[in-house]
Amino acid sequence: MRVLIMGCSRVGAHLASLLETDGHEVTLLDVDPSSFGKLSHTFRGNALLGDGTDEDSLRRAGVEGMDAFIALTEGDNSNIMAAQIAKSVFNVPKVICRVYDPIREELYRELGLDTVCPTTLLAESLRKRL
Amino acid sequence: MYIVIIGAGNVGYHLAKAVLSKGHEVLLIDRDATTLERIEDELGSISLKGDGCEANTLEEAGTARADLFVAVTDQDADNLVACQIAKHRFKVPRTIARMSDVKNDPLFKKLGVDVTVSSTILILQYIENQTTRPPLLTRLAVLRGSDREIVDVKIPPTSAAVGKKIRDISLPQNSLIILLIRQDERIQLPTPATALEAGDRVVVVGDRASEEGLHRALTGS
Repeated sequence: MRVLIMGCSRVGAHLASLLETDGHEVTLLDVDPSSFGKLSHTFRGNALLGDGTDEDSLRRAGVEGMDAFIALTEGDNSNIMAAQIAKSVFNVPKVICRVYDPIREELYRELGLDTVCPTTLLAESLRKRL
Repeated sequence: MYIVIIGAGNVGYHLAKAVLSKGHEVLLIDRDATTLERIEDELGSISLKGDGCEANTLEEAGTARADLFVAVTDQDADNLVACQIAKHRFKVPRTIARMSDVKNDPLFKKLGVDVTVSSTILILQYIENQTTRPPLLTRLAVLRGSDREIVDVKIPPTSAAVGKKIRDISLPQNSLIILLIRQDERIQLPTPATALEAGDRVVVVGDRASEEGLHRALTGS
């Protein structure tokens, strides 16, 4: 699978390594060049500078040939906007979007976006450990 | 009308002030308390501190009874998300988003924003009108959601259309002369039998793509 990850956050960098180990072809997109320092030194994929909420940046990153797009910046709104562009402009088959705000996450899930909310996941996990 | 405005920057502040003076009820939402304090000193209690993309803030703002929701922060993504939440969660009948990147226009509309406003687009249109538009033809408007436009064309004395009846002028397909203004400012509703005169101005609806053809047919010698 060809996967485009927006946001070289800790999760983004870690996920990139995992996917690569699984044999996928990974491209990372971030506006901050220093963010790529989080990538494992064994990472062989592409790390590109660019803003995932900008159609031109996405096109340059090869969004049109991607099988999956995952939005993992720290900003809920940037992730939501980029995911909607990937889905409705570029028709990427699998689009996943991180949303920290549980209420916003619920709303966009209702609107058909594939969302992940770290806040509720972590809360649930902590609750089970007590 | 009850109008909720997200973003108390320059645009939000002046907009709030203007709609208040027209007698509307306004609530201005911003994350920055200092900015809001300064605005309240001048305009009274019209603000709420909070994130305009958070449902709780919008709930507190009574967004569900808003007639109009306007997002004018300087971030396109924030304006988009605020409008989508207002529309889908609070069923606000009309949402307006400010937009900086002109490429986002079709996206915002596709995603449910009712109206987009961009100073970039306005200035671009002005520049286009000034530089590439032949001076005899002025674009008055582009019809919403279509490729049609309304233009104003001045008929020069050298035009081959002078003296011809409208039915005998071969205009591009889908073009229609809807109004005729004679040189002495008399306004007429044209019929196929109306003859054009030098100095007439005609208002025409037509396809944007055939603007140059229209220009040739009405002004060419």
